[in-house]
Amino acid sequence: MVPLSWYLIFAAALFSIGLFGVLSRRNAVAILLGIELMLNSVNINLAAFWRYGNVLQMAGQVFAIIVFAVAAAEVAVGLALVISVYRRRNTVVADEINMMKW
Amino acid sequence: MTTETLIWLIPLPPVLAFFAIVLLTNKNKALSHTIAVGAALLSWLGSMIVFVRALGVEHLGEHPLGGEPINWLPLGESVDTYFKIGVLVDPLTAVTLFFVAWTVLMIFLYSVGYHNFGQPKGDHDHPGLPPHGATVEEQGHKHVVPSIEPMYSRFFAFIGLFAFGMYVLVLSDNLLTLFVGWEIMGLCSYLLIGFWYAKPSARDAAIKAFITTRIGDVFMLLGIAYLYSATGTLSFREIFVEGTLETLASVPSGVLGLSAAGLIGLLLFIGTIGKSAQFPLHVWLPDAMEGPTPVSAMIHAATMVSAGVYMVIRMFPLISLDPTTMAIVAFIGAFTALFAATIAVAQNDIKRVLAYSTISQLGFMIAALGIGAYVAAVFHLVTHAFFKALLFLGSGSVIHGMEHGVLHTGNHKVDPQDMFNMGGLRRKMPITFWTFLIGGFALSGFPIITAGFWSKDEILADAFGHGHWAVFLTLAVAAFLTAFYTMRQITLTFLGEPRTKEAEHAQETPWTMTLPLVILAFFAVTYGWVGIPEHFPALGGLIPNWFHEFVGGTLAEHPEAVEFNWIPLLTSLFVALGGLGLGWLVYRNVNSAAEDRLQIPVLKNKYYFDEIYDRVFVKPAYWFAENVVYKFMDQGVIDGVLHIFGPVTDRLGSIIRNYFDLPVINRFFGDGSAEVTYWFGGKLRAIQTGRIQQYLMLALVVFITIGAALYFFLLA
Repeated sequence: MVPLSWYLIFAAALFSIGLFGVLSRRNAVAILLGIELMLNSVNINLAAFWRYGNVLQMAGQVFAIIVFAVAAAEVAVGLALVISVYRRRNTVVADEINMMKW
Repeated sequence: MTTETLIWLIPLPPVLAFFAIVLLTNKNKALSHTIAVGAALLSWLGSMIVFVRALGVEHLGEHPLGGEPINWLPLGESVDTYFKIGVLVDPLTAVTLFFVAWTVLMIFLYSVGYHNFGQPKGDHDHPGLPPHGATVEEQGHKHVVPSIEPMYSRFFAFIGLFAFGMYVLVLSDNLLTLFVGWEIMGLCSYLLIGFWYAKPSARDAAIKAFITTRIGDVFMLLGIAYLYSATGTLSFREIFVEGTLETLASVPSGVLGLSAAGLIGLLLFIGTIGKSAQFPLHVWLPDAMEGPTPVSAMIHAATMVSAGVYMVIRMFPLISLDPTTMAIVAFIGAFTALFAATIAVAQNDIKRVLAYSTISQLGFMIAALGIGAYVAAVFHLVTHAFFKALLFLGSGSVIHGMEHGVLHTGNHKVDPQDMFNMGGLRRKMPITFWTFLIGGFALSGFPIITAGFWSKDEILADAFGHGHWAVFLTLAVAAFLTAFYTMRQITLTFLGEPRTKEAEHAQETPWTMTLPLVILAFFAVTYGWVGIPEHFPALGGLIPNWFHEFVGGTLAEHPEAVEFNWIPLLTSLFVALGGLGLGWLVYRNVNSAAEDRLQIPVLKNKYYFDEIYDRVFVKPAYWFAENVVYKFMDQGVIDGVLHIFGPVTDRLGSIIRNYFDLPVINRFFGDGSAEVTYWFGGKLRAIQTGRIQQYLMLALVVFITIGAALYFFLLA
């Protein structure tokens, strides 16, 4: 059986890729994609800890399912926002959407 | 009721009347005067009963009435030591009480008429001013009648308190309550002289009387304090015993070589000088004529001035211990008698003549006392009280009648008190004339029939008999002048023809005023008969010399009656008749002040005493008040100190403000914190770019930094 650390390393790598995507991509849709990656890396951790812990306790799996639901809702709201911004400002570049400043 | 209780109760009705009128019945004039006169009547009744009972006591001098004194003020020395007060009726008190009761009652009754009770309210009368008259319409015919005094009730309240003061003074058995009565009268005389307070002259006179008598009172209080510290008692019963008197006479006081008795006597005598208006504190009495006439009679006959002489007579056993003091007393008395008589000659105001005559007559009494003629002094005090009250009330009646004339003619420029505006009043005011004549003759010492003759003759006889030549001659001259100015006054006022229209229309006064005159006139004649010397030619011995026996019994050592001598008798006959005759001869044809050759400026202006006092005392006092008290003390020192505090505080405040409040509190803590926050915010806002990725980046960096730090510090 693959040791737990591999899953953890994989999840960390996926999280870092997602974080990099969030920080470096200019397109708001791509940033949302990065967030999805980070959320899913968490899910991997949850599932892995469930599997290598007490299998009879379902909290890990349930938590993962809740994260899916939250992620789906978040993407739905996020994409709606992006579309709304695009309609008003003709851009989805995150750096140009800077009304919320001093 | 026992005599002791009765004596205690005598002073009470007038003071109750005072409070009743002041507090309750002020609005009701009829009720007020009923209460006041009723109270005077009660006191009179009590006094008469006490007087009669006192007459029945054998050796009253040794066994005075009054019972035991009561504990009054607890003294500090121990729990049961008290200052005791009580009442005392010895022969001196008895005769004083007799004339006080009579004159007070008469004056109360007289006041009802004098203040126009029963007359309508004035047209434009004002409280604080004498009534100006009221217009009434009778059968379609308008004329002016006297109007009622606006402050009628107030007057009766004041004289009630005044009478209380006198009764307290007379009945006291100690100097302290005597002094209390003395001061009550001082206050009342101030209130009554200034009764018409809206007149500036009345105000000034009231203040003058109060301050002048106060000067005497301060010395008197010193005397009382000295006496108390020397003997530990103020009770007459305890002072006038041989042991105490001997001690006081032998202890030197250290002042002017006087013994303690001499100094105490002198200090007390200064009180009398103020109260009885003796030289040099005589100036207040003539000015006191500003008050209503019953007040003049109260003050100048029945009460205040008599009180001064009464006190000095009362203290005679003490005063007589020191020959120096006695000489001073005799000198002041004799000098005042002559001095005031000369001024009286040149006065035109009917009341002022009487005022100076009072000063002069009081001088007679004081002089008599100073030469040791105790009984003669008391005798003259009593007879003088009767005939001077009579004369003052008579002069008030004259003024009242003249005012009637003034109201009739409406010419208010005529002074109803100036004797040169009168004349011929004997036909208009017969009762006033005859009673005034009796009073005037008594004052002059008209031989045999009047009381004044007997008392004055006794003083002269005493002065002659004991070899006091200077006093005898001075008093003889003064007596001559007395008769002269009295006749001048009678001639100018009543005899001849009316000199003004007002005098033609003068009217006799109502019965409330004339009845007291008649009663007092009765005493002005008859009271002399109780003191006819035993060896007087023809008359001596017909009536026993009761007065001498009775009053002489007050002293431990009964004074001997002076031997009869023709010289003083002829002298007093000559001065009385000569003065009266000369007065009539000179003034029967004088019709105006310009024709009067005795209007010498120096006499007219009372030897310039008012002016001298003004220069010597009043002006310097004003100067002192203005320059020393006001400008130096108040403005310089007190304000100066205050003005230092002001700037110092101001400076200190500005230092704190400039060096602490403004820089530290305001700049540093107040503005500083705001500026730092502002500056910090200004710096920090650069990182708030609105770019979501930058925020995340920053969060990441911080997270990593904190994480690394935690890791490094906590785990490693």
